[in-house]
Amino acid sequence: MSLLEALRTLNLFDYLRELWGPEPWVEPVLDIISIMSLSTFCLLIVLFLIWLERKVIARMQDRIGPNRVGGKYGAAQTLADVAKLLTKEMVTPSGADWAAYNLAPFLIVMTALLMWAVMPFAPQFIGVDLNIGIFYVLSISSVSVVCILLAGWGSNNKYALLGAFRAVAQLVSYEVPMVISLIIPIILARSMSLVSISEAQWIPFAAVVPLSAIVFFISALAETGRTPFDLLEAESEIVAGFHVEYGGMKFGMFFLAEFVSTLFMSSLVATIYFGGYRSIMLEWFGVATGPYLGLLIFFIKTFLVYFVFIWIRATWPRLRIDQMLNFNWKFLVPLSLVMVLVAALLDRAVSHNQWLWWAAHLGTNIVIGAGALAFARRRANRDNLLEDNEKQAPPATASAGPLMEGADPHGDHDDHGHAVPAPAHD
Amino acid sequence: MPVMQIIFIIVSAVTLVSAIMVVTDRNLFHAALWMMLSFLGVAGLYILLENGFMAATQLLVYIGAISILVIFAIMMTRRLMSTTESPYNSQWPWGGLAALLLLGLLASVITQFDSLVPGVGRTAPETESAIQSMVTDLGVAFTASDQYVLVFELASVLLLVALVGSIIVARPDIDPEEDNS
Amino acid sequence: MIPLSWYLIVAAALFCIGMYGILARRNAVAMLMAVELTLNAVNINLIAFWRYTDPSSSAGVAWAIFVFTVAAAEAAVGLALIISIYRQRESVIAEELDILKY
Repeated sequence: MSLLEALRTLNLFDYLRELWGPEPWVEPVLDIISIMSLSTFCLLIVLFLIWLERKVIARMQDRIGPNRVGGKYGAAQTLADVAKLLTKEMVTPSGADWAAYNLAPFLIVMTALLMWAVMPFAPQFIGVDLNIGIFYVLSISSVSVVCILLAGWGSNNKYALLGAFRAVAQLVSYEVPMVISLIIPIILARSMSLVSISEAQWIPFAAVVPLSAIVFFISALAETGRTPFDLLEAESEIVAGFHVEYGGMKFGMFFLAEFVSTLFMSSLVATIYFGGYRSIMLEWFGVATGPYLGLLIFFIKTFLVYFVFIWIRATWPRLRIDQMLNFNWKFLVPLSLVMVLVAALLDRAVSHNQWLWWAAHLGTNIVIGAGALAFARRRANRDNLLEDNEKQAPPATASAGPLMEGADPHGDHDDHGHAVPAPAHD
Repeated sequence: MPVMQIIFIIVSAVTLVSAIMVVTDRNLFHAALWMMLSFLGVAGLYILLENGFMAATQLLVYIGAISILVIFAIMMTRRLMSTTESPYNSQWPWGGLAALLLLGLLASVITQFDSLVPGVGRTAPETESAIQSMVTDLGVAFTASDQYVLVFELASVLLLVALVGSIIVARPDIDPEEDNS
Repeated sequence: MIPLSWYLIVAAALFCIGMYGILARRNAVAMLMAVELTLNAVNINLIAFWRYTDPSSSAGVAWAIFVFTVAAAEAAVGLALIISIYRQRESVIAEELDILKY
C-alpha cells in the first residue's frame, strides 16, 4: 500500500503496519499514537469550541463577542485565555484535602477523554469498536460524578460542597432517564456497539423514535451541566459550585472537561439518533460514504447538535432545584419507562415489515408524546391554580422546607445556601 | 516472565494494597478513595479475564453508584472524621488473627489446586467466539425461561424493595404538626 | 498465561482483608466498605472460574451480576440505616449502638 493510497482511504495504520513489519512493538506503538492523536484532537478542538460558543452567544445577545485578539473575529482569544490560565499560580487552599483537591481536575479530564474511544468518526475510523460501546460510555460518564464529589469535598468550602451535592443529585438522577432512553435505540439496532447502531439506521432513529431522542438530549444537557441545568455552578446562588476554590489551569481543566463532554454528547446524539457518519440522503442517491465524506458528515451533524446546545444556553433561564428533580423523577423517568415498554413490545410485534415497523414506532411515539404533554399541561394548570389559591389565602404554616435539609453536612440550618427559596409569608 | 503476568501482578498489587488502605486508613474519606482504587483494580482483573462487560459493570455499579453512596454517608456523618481515637475496636488483634488464619487456610488449599483439580486452571480455554458473544448469551440467559429468568425477576424485585426501603428508612421524621400542609 | 490459582489467591487475600475490616473497624460505614471488598473477592472468583472452565456458559457471569445486584441493594439499605441511626444517636460507631442489650 502506498502512502497516497493510505491517505486516500484514511488508513494510515495499515500503511504503518506494512512499513514496520510484524514486530512485537508495533501494535503498542500504534495504540499509543492513536490515543495521543485522539486526545490531542479533543483537547485542541476545545479552543475552537469556546470561541464558537462566545461568538454565537454574543450574536444571539446582539453583541459582537471577542474581536481583538487574532484578527477581526477574535480567533486567538481562547489561546490568550489559555496562556493566562497557564501562567497563573497553582494554589491549594488551606484546609483542603490535598489528594482529593488535586486529583479531581485530572480525573475529570481523563473521563471526558476516555469516552471518545468508542466513537466512530468515519467508517473504520474509530478507537476501538467495543461490542458494549454505549454501556462503556455510560460507565465512564458515571465516574465523572465521583470527580465532582472529590472537588467539592476536597476544597473545604461550603459553597463547593453545596455545589457538589447539587451536582451529584442532578447527575445521578438524570442518568436514569438517559440510560432508559438509550435502551430504545439498542433495542432497535439489537446492539450496543456504536458502529452497529450507525449501520442499523436505514432511516435515522430520530425519525423512528423522536421521543427517545428528545429525552436523551434533555438528559445529556443535564449530564453535562449546561443551561438550563447549570445549577451545579450557578454563579448567583453558590458562587461557582464545586469548582469555586479552583484557579488557574486546575479550573481550566474543569472547563475543558465540560466542553469535551458536551461535544461528546452532541456526537453521541448525532451517532445514535442521526446516523453518525452515514448520510441517508446521499445513500439514497447511491453515493458511497468514504472516510473523508464520513468525517465531514459526522462533524456537520455533531456541530449542528452542538449548536442547539449553545442556542439553549443563550436563551433559557436556569431551573430551580426542586423543578429540576421533579421534572426528572415525575416526568422523564415514567415517560422513558413507558417508551421502553412500548418499543420492546412493538419491536416484537412488527419486525417483519420495515415500513410498518417505522410507522408503528413513530405513531406510538407521537401518541405517547402528546399524552405526556397533555398530562404535564394539566399538572401545571393544577399547580398554578393551587398557587393562586395560596396567594389569596396564605396558609398558617410555611410549607416546603428546604430541600437539602437532610444533606446539610454542617447541621446548622442557614437558609442562604439553599436552592429553594422559602415561600413568602405575605 | 511474560508481559501478561507482570500486568497481572501490578494490577493485583494495586487492588490489594488499596484494599489494605481501606481497612487501615484513619481518614474515612481517604478510605473511600482507596476503595475506589481497589474497585478499579478489580475491574482491571476482569479485563485480564477478557470480560470487558463485567469491567464496565464494575465501573458503573461500584465506582459510579456504591462509592458515591458511601462518600455521601461519610459526608453526612462527618463529625466523626476528626476524632483522633483509634479506628479499631477492642477485638482487632483477634480479627487480624482470624483473617490471617483464613488466608493461610485458603492459600494452602489453592496452592494444591493443580493437583486437586487436574486439567483445570493452567491455561484458559481458547474460545474467542464464546467471549465475543458473551453479552448476547448473557441477555438470552437472563430472559430464557429455562435459565435465569426467575432469578432475574427476583433481583429486580430486590432492587425495588431496596430502593423503597432505603427511602423510607433514611427519611427524616416529619413532625405531625408540620405535616398537614 | 496466568494460572487460575493466582486469581484465586488474590481473591482470597481480598476477602481476608475485607473480613479483617469488618471485624476490626469501629465505624459502621467503614465496615460496610469492607463488606463491599469481600463481595468483590467473590466476584473475582466467579469470573475467574467462568473464564478457566467454560466460557461458553453464562452461569458465572450471571451469578456475578446477581452479586452486583445484592451489593447495590445492600449498600443502599445499609447506608440508609446508618444515616437513620446517626440522626437518632449522633453516632455511627458500631460498639456504641448497644441499646438492645438493656
